Amino acid sequence: MRIPRLAAALVAVVALPALSACTDNRATTTKGADRTITVTSNDDSCDLSADTAPSGNLVYRVHNAGSKVTEFYLYGEDGLRIVGEVENVGPGLSRDLVLHVPAGRYVPACKPGMGGQGIRSRFTVTDSGGAGGASGAVAGATRQQVATATRQYAAYVRDQSGQLLAGTRRFVAAYAAGDDARARTLYPAVRVHWERIEPVAESFGDLDPKMDLREADLREGQRWTGWHRVEKDLWPPRNAGYRALTPDQRGTYAEDLLANTRALDRRVQKLSFTVDQIGNGAKSLLDEVATGKVTGEEEHWSHTDLYDFAANVDGARVAFEGLRPVLRQKDPVLGRRIDRRFQELQRLLERHRSGAHGGRGFVSYDTLSRAEVRRLSDAVNALSEPLSQLTAAVAL
Amino acid sequence: MTDPAPPRSGVSRRRLLGYAGAGAAVGAAGFAGGIGTAWATDPRGAGADDRYAFHGRHQAGIVTPAQDRVHFASFDVRTGSRAELVRMLREWTAAAAAMTQGRSVGSGQPLPYDAPPADTGEALGLPPGRLTLTFGFGPSLFADPDGRDRFGLADRRPKALRRLPHFPGDDLQPARSDGDLCVQACADDPQVAVHAVRNLSRLAFGTAALRWSQLGFGRTSSTSTSQQTPRNLFGFKDGTANLKAEEPEAVEEHVWVGPDDDPRASWLAGGSYLVARRINMTIETWDRASLREQEQLVGRDRLHGAPLSGGQEHTAPDFSVRGSDGAPLIALDSHVRLAHPSRNDGVRMLRRGYNFTDGNDDLGRLDAGLFFLAYVRDPDRQYIPMQTRLSAHDGLMEYLEHTGSALFAVPPGVRPGGFVGDRLFT
Repeated sequence: MRIPRLAAALVAVVALPALSACTDNRATTTKGADRTITVTSNDDSCDLSADTAPSGNLVYRVHNAGSKVTEFYLYGEDGLRIVGEVENVGPGLSRDLVLHVPAGRYVPACKPGMGGQGIRSRFTVTDSGGAGGASGAVAGATRQQVATATRQYAAYVRDQSGQLLAGTRRFVAAYAAGDDARARTLYPAVRVHWERIEPVAESFGDLDPKMDLREADLREGQRWTGWHRVEKDLWPPRNAGYRALTPDQRGTYAEDLLANTRALDRRVQKLSFTVDQIGNGAKSLLDEVATGKVTGEEEHWSHTDLYDFAANVDGARVAFEGLRPVLRQKDPVLGRRIDRRFQELQRLLERHRSGAHGGRGFVSYDTLSRAEVRRLSDAVNALSEPLSQLTAAVAL
Repeated sequence: MTDPAPPRSGVSRRRLLGYAGAGAAVGAAGFAGGIGTAWATDPRGAGADDRYAFHGRHQAGIVTPAQDRVHFASFDVRTGSRAELVRMLREWTAAAAAMTQGRSVGSGQPLPYDAPPADTGEALGLPPGRLTLTFGFGPSLFADPDGRDRFGLADRRPKALRRLPHFPGDDLQPARSDGDLCVQACADDPQVAVHAVRNLSRLAFGTAALRWSQLGFGRTSSTSTSQQTPRNLFGFKDGTANLKAEEPEAVEEHVWVGPDDDPRASWLAGGSYLVARRINMTIETWDRASLREQEQLVGRDRLHGAPLSGGQEHTAPDFSVRGSDGAPLIALDSHVRLAHPSRNDGVRMLRRGYNFTDGNDDLGRLDAGLFFLAYVRDPDRQYIPMQTRLSAHDGLMEYLEHTGSALFAVPPGVRPGGFVGDRLFT
């Protein structure tokens, strides 16, 4: 998971989804010269095509005509509060800043060379009487919702990490002791906690390959450790020539997995998240499903892919639900659509439950028909498209 | 939710690239001016020689002079909601209107940096490539396999719209057959055609899912007298006797569904039926056949396409001419004879097929053949009887295997402000 720079201010800003249901609404509210302001940033000038616009959705089309990398900021009247920003615009490049701007006075600034006060001017947003009116109430409510969402998500990650650590202890104990039946039962149930926060775990580039690498992902000569190494040993591999690990070797792999899980848990205690990280995390969880789980590639030996699948969806749903109050303010149509698609996917998953794990288990991936896999895949695609609009809808 | 209005203006793909590529040298005034111009209606407009109008009485891509490439796609509708289906058809319409004019999907709209771009981008900077997008509805859209009405459309199903019957020698693969919706994307540039199908598939996610698709090259038919008759992978000119746009009365008679053809499907008036067949050729054995056998099976000479009864390509075949041995020069089981209108109650079709090669099989044989596309006013009269005869008697069948099949009702053209097939849903 990429961890983008912490955005300075998350409030009073609406980035429009590029492809939400209400294409038409956006087209009518953002079209027209009075809602698109071209900003030309030079090394010593910052020219805006207008110094006033009606309140609501505005597009600042920033073009860097200078020779230095530039930034564009829209500050509040005080020249301090950041309403919106685009960064790292290279010479010759253009980028759109899409903002929901209430009526008021603002200070736009280009920062060629990316430092200092920037080249500032004045910008007035008049009350259009529309949804983007003068009220600052929405901004206030959103600020609090954002704080709640990010706090809750960090708590969720810590909780899952804690359960992963506790479960991994039990799992490696059974495995090292040679209690294969118990280890096989624990394997998918414990991995659920990993899969729910997979993008966070993957963001630690040193730990992830030691813990979750599949055999097919190995480089020539790379040592294979972690969950899938143990998986291969626990399920009688299809490869007839496979030699089971010795008790000593088992002990080594078990210890290594537990140590890495401890390290992961220590690190996530300090993590905090921004809304765009949470939104991107939800999207990457569905990407994981689409590329690894729905194809049955993740759990090559155990075929417990559906546990991982459902856990990825759980994690994405938690991320989305935390952001839903924000989304309700900013793009309720998108919120409802994502909600509905989550429900449809979950309903489909429920059909593949097994009696294992007190009825919370799933059937083996290799018992699914091609038609059932196709249904699941279509439902994943159906959810992933609107979910890919989430970040832009809630973040800067 | 209101309807997305078709974009009336936007940045053409070529212009967009031009402005993006202008680089740091562009001054402030020049940049602002460039945007102003680009946002206005493209001065070339519809009717320029690299594009066809999207709106009209009939859908484009039927009598339109056949382009060089096709990407044909068939979709299964996944939603049970009629409103969702209509919403998607509106989005498809808006996207098709943009792409056929060389504009991006969602062009003219801002590009927030944290959202995936509305358009997938691989056609940026490419000319429209005479792209046409032609949409159709399959029989399964009107009723599911158990006969249940899916979208309240069952009583409007055209009577000729049903799965094609089994023809002798068919070896149809379900994964290459049928479908609820189809899109025929034709263009002179394969990248433009693929871009169109990819973007329509993306808009469909959650509402409809791609069932099968077929790439084709080297159009095997000419639909205008301005075009040379092309060759199929047998090496022969194909579709010499095809209907042409320059025969308006024949097109009216054989292609467009008339207002009184089918009382319960009046929405289809001005539309047509599309037969799609994936026909594999056993290329390797064909190539071992003598020229004598090849020409006798086809009924034409290979070099010029003239009928074996004599003359030139467009000379009418004379089936009565006999050789020294008393046998007809155009053999009784030849393709030309069996497919000729005079042997099929005078019916004709507008063929619009393409060659295909989808790699090879594990024995090193080309997976290749003809992706047959034909537009007819009534498949019960114009296609099914003829194919029944061909499948049973055509000598060429020894080298052919039909592996995919579908029939679609192709609604009439889209009016400005309307959407594809709107008459079916209102």
